[in-house]
Amino acid sequence: MISVESLTKQYGSFTAVDHVSFTAATGRVTGFLGPNGAGKSTTMRVMVGLTRATSGRVTVTGRDYRELVNPGLEVGVLLDASAQHAGRTGREILTIAQQTMGLSRTRVAETLARVGLTEDEAGRRVRDYSLGMRQRLGIATALIGDPEVLILDEPANGLDPAGIRWMRDLLRGFADQGGTVLLSSHLLHEIEVIADDIVVIGQGRIVAQGSKAELLASAGTLVRTSDPSHLDRLARALHEASVVTTPIDGGLRVDADPELVGEAAHRAGVVLRELRAADGAGLEEMFLQLTAETAREGAAA
Amino acid sequence: MSTATQTPTPSVVPQVPTAPAARHEVRPIPMSRLAKVELRKMFDTRAGFWLMASVAIVAVLASAAVIAWAPDEVINQEFFSTAIGMPLSVVLPIIAILSITSEYSQRTGLTTYTLVPWRGRVITAKVLVTLAIGVVSMVVALAVGAVGNVVGAAIAGLDPVWNIGVQSFGYIVLANILGMLMGFMLGVVFRSSPAAVVAYFVYSLVLPGAFAALAAFQGWFRDLQPWVDVNFAITRLFDNSMTAENWQQLGVTTLVWLWIPLALGLRAVLRAEVK
Repeated sequence: MISVESLTKQYGSFTAVDHVSFTAATGRVTGFLGPNGAGKSTTMRVMVGLTRATSGRVTVTGRDYRELVNPGLEVGVLLDASAQHAGRTGREILTIAQQTMGLSRTRVAETLARVGLTEDEAGRRVRDYSLGMRQRLGIATALIGDPEVLILDEPANGLDPAGIRWMRDLLRGFADQGGTVLLSSHLLHEIEVIADDIVVIGQGRIVAQGSKAELLASAGTLVRTSDPSHLDRLARALHEASVVTTPIDGGLRVDADPELVGEAAHRAGVVLRELRAADGAGLEEMFLQLTAETAREGAAA
Repeated sequence: MSTATQTPTPSVVPQVPTAPAARHEVRPIPMSRLAKVELRKMFDTRAGFWLMASVAIVAVLASAAVIAWAPDEVINQEFFSTAIGMPLSVVLPIIAILSITSEYSQRTGLTTYTLVPWRGRVITAKVLVTLAIGVVSMVVALAVGAVGNVVGAAIAGLDPVWNIGVQSFGYIVLANILGMLMGFMLGVVFRSSPAAVVAYFVYSLVLPGAFAALAAFQGWFRDLQPWVDVNFAITRLFDNSMTAENWQQLGVTTLVWLWIPLALGLRAVLRAEVK
């Protein structure tokens, strides 16, 4: 489990991370979502002791990162897959990690196989790697110590769709075995595919957090009637049930779950043509708005 | 949220296979292991390998040059050692610089300092390994110089002259260790390979020239130079004529030019953000 408590990081007068608090729970994949420069990487660097927090604290498996005696065996970290000596081979980079952690030599080959790097690829120098191969090597470095927590910054960057599916299955399996996963992304789609819980950050502040199901449900329900003239009747019925509705082309977006909308339609005697959860439209809207604001102010990472 | 599995206790065998915190017996990382890893990192790239190989190559080339071109009267052990030692005293500090700065310039520090978050221990391992390499290099240089001396004397038809004592070899080792510590100092202060290497050449080539010129034209500086010019003070070690005053001058100049900046640089390394 990872616990972030009121974490703040200031650079001079600029506040990169502003009283951020969240928890990445055991057995779940937590997605850390935000536009570029929102403070994701800074938060993750503070987690693993590379950056000092201005205030607040982070604990990983209940302890400060620097209190871990051999961190690689407890927390697997990938912050930047390109931050490697270009002249080393993939196998050499993994061997350095294996030796630092004091693991058996056989783990190098096992882990390379686990992330899908061939013997031939492992023997190449990293300068000749694609970004996707670097990500796999970085994930290998994070996994080799068989940790209980994974902290991955933009791990799906550079992966093709098959690679993203592979990562989803890998992280799913890791969490199902009782591990904790925190991964960041600036792409809503990636997070939706991989994560159970979502923490959304914008301009250094947490703007939303909860389980994926919760956040998507809060986007409400989409409903359309067979006869457009019946739409008003349904809207009135919903308003009587103190539910907020927003008209959208030929239908309504309702801030309630589909069951309640269905009951209201039944009582009002309205025939429905479509009734479904408004899949993440709210989350997407919020995220787009965040991205637009950040882009307009030109805030840098 | 379950917090029952927070502290790994090696003696407790988990009954539930999903209790992740108790999977390992986690032992601290010993310094010997860090040193071994740092040694490996010095040789495992082409650039690193050839930098190391250059120590041996320089020694052999310098000996060959002495045999080929030096007049017979200087064919002695000291001359060979000096010929090898001059280029070596340039290469060794650069090895020291790169051992620190490559973590920043190549950004490998992101992994290194995540696996070992106690940066002081990583730096200590680097210093120990680099100094060990320096001492081994000097022993190799002594051996190559000795072979050169035997071969050179035989070619010139002379008896080999052995004129390096234990003490003078000790001084040479000390001078080179100070040179390597200079490299570390510049490495931790600049944390960038190009900046630190440029600063090293300013330190070892530009400053001595400037001080020498100042001493040549300004009488008041002539007596002051040994107390200000760190290269001047270190060079006395090679002359094998250290007086008590020379030692004091070495202490004063290295305090200002080496030890204080080294302390400030180490403090910066421990505190600075690794990106």
